[in-house]
Amino acid sequence: MHTFKYHLAAVFKYISLVLGALMALLPIVVVFFASLKTNAEYASTGPLTLPENWLNFANYSKAFVDGNMLLGFMNTIIIVLISIAGATLTGSMMAYILARFKFRGSKALMGAFLLATLIPGVTTQVATFQIINALDLFNTRWAPILMYLGTDIIAVYIFMQFLDSISESLDESAMLDGASYWTIYWRIILPLLSPAIVTVIIVKGVNIYNDFYTPFLYMPKSSLQVVSTALFKFKGPYGSQWEVICAAIMIAIIPTLIAFVALQKYIYNGFAQGSVK
Amino acid sequence: MPKLSNMSYKNQRILIIFLFSLVPVVLLLTFSYLPVFKMFQYSFTSWNGLSKNMEYIGFDNYKTIFTKPEYFAVFKVSLYYFFATFVQMGLALYFATILSFNVRMKNWFKGILFFPTLLNGVAIGFIFLFFFKPEGTLNTILDLLGLGALQQKWLLNPQLINISLAFASVWRYMGMNFIIFLGAISSIGSDIYEASEIDGANRWHQFRHIIIPSIKRILQLNLILAVSGAIGVFEIPYVMTGGSNGSGTFVIQTVDVAFKYSKLGLASAMAVVLLGIVVLVTILQRILIKEEK
Repeated sequence: MHTFKYHLAAVFKYISLVLGALMALLPIVVVFFASLKTNAEYASTGPLTLPENWLNFANYSKAFVDGNMLLGFMNTIIIVLISIAGATLTGSMMAYILARFKFRGSKALMGAFLLATLIPGVTTQVATFQIINALDLFNTRWAPILMYLGTDIIAVYIFMQFLDSISESLDESAMLDGASYWTIYWRIILPLLSPAIVTVIIVKGVNIYNDFYTPFLYMPKSSLQVVSTALFKFKGPYGSQWEVICAAIMIAIIPTLIAFVALQKYIYNGFAQGSVK
Repeated sequence: MPKLSNMSYKNQRILIIFLFSLVPVVLLLTFSYLPVFKMFQYSFTSWNGLSKNMEYIGFDNYKTIFTKPEYFAVFKVSLYYFFATFVQMGLALYFATILSFNVRMKNWFKGILFFPTLLNGVAIGFIFLFFFKPEGTLNTILDLLGLGALQQKWLLNPQLINISLAFASVWRYMGMNFIIFLGAISSIGSDIYEASEIDGANRWHQFRHIIIPSIKRILQLNLILAVSGAIGVFEIPYVMTGGSNGSGTFVIQTVDVAFKYSKLGLASAMAVVLLGIVVLVTILQRILIKEEK
């Protein structure tokens, strides 16, 4: 009787896992199916029907060209690279001075950054918009870059946590050799921080790549479209060509999928570290 | 340029603290604190965002928000997302618990359940437009299962639309909760489980008396964040319905009022209300977690 109950529990466990996995995958998989169908095929078959030709990439090239996705990727890459490089530098610098020096106002500085994260970004958009306008940055790539650059407390936390594990005697022995604080930061601390840097890059990169409203509000000019806004433009004019929209969705998702498979381990760590704090 | 290494360490210290914090502090002031200050200022005006002079009108904007039903109705929409969070956390907790123990293909399940969280918000909006279409995925599945009678126009029926959208939101964020819970549960030492097994505890006992108490703080935190999360919903309904059929959320309305109808003063007052709710929730969370200690 006991083993019967045990088996029943195991069966239930696996059924629920498979159902959960199906629920997570199915909405994406059907979009993938549709993206490989021809227009006539799409119209005559249900969403669960497999595509006839698995190598029909006509929709992909149409979506790629019509949606000007190459431009979207270029703009996204520029914004992601500059923002991440800047955020990593400023974040690690803040963490370095906060972790290594005790100075007047260091607590207040930390508190100011913490308090800022409690303000949800969406609430202040209306006023931020006026500031971007006043700085003459509306419809330039600098608008989102500056907003993403702002040091966030999660990055500082991740760096500080890591800095604690780097022995201060390293700094001290470098000082005996006459190294400046800059040299210590640049030559010793920064290279040792690299695992934390990978984590920050992933967490920030995912957020920036997926962000919609910042580029949507601040860079409506079509030559500045990013992946999100390029995808959003398919709404409306392509109402009757869902197979093309589906291809566009897949084009936007594929980079995420590749990054996920390649960086899985770091991604789990990064999200767990960043969010528990 | 004087060489840094020729300076005394005391002076270097001052210089490096100043230089390293300069850019972050300037950015912080310009893009975090100045907007909040400006937002409060605008909220007492009838400014349209363009004219040179602002007219101060006292608390009129706030009166409008709390008295006109069309502004107040959006909070009802938030309730759907608020309740959805409980479903989301329940599922996340369930999957995190069973995947903390021995399961075949554990890493595959973890990866699949977490993956939706990483996806582009606009892509998710489209994916669920496709999912809920009249001849879309959901209705096809219902038909296949012999439940054709349950087929619905999921996004056209005003009574179902917010449930459908909240479902998409659960799909999107469940993985995030899941991974946080998984991290918290994995920090529980295995010796505690072993000891409880010797005492004859089963999985349910372990869940009830070991797992839940150990992750209580994270559970509370997530529950309280659910309130601000529910009010801050934007992307999914904006991409999927544009806020039509009674699916407009507080943020969609704020964005519309500000940028479509150029009522910056009113939109700022709405944002102040939103910020107020979030601050309140945060204070509540602090108090609750302090009591815990």
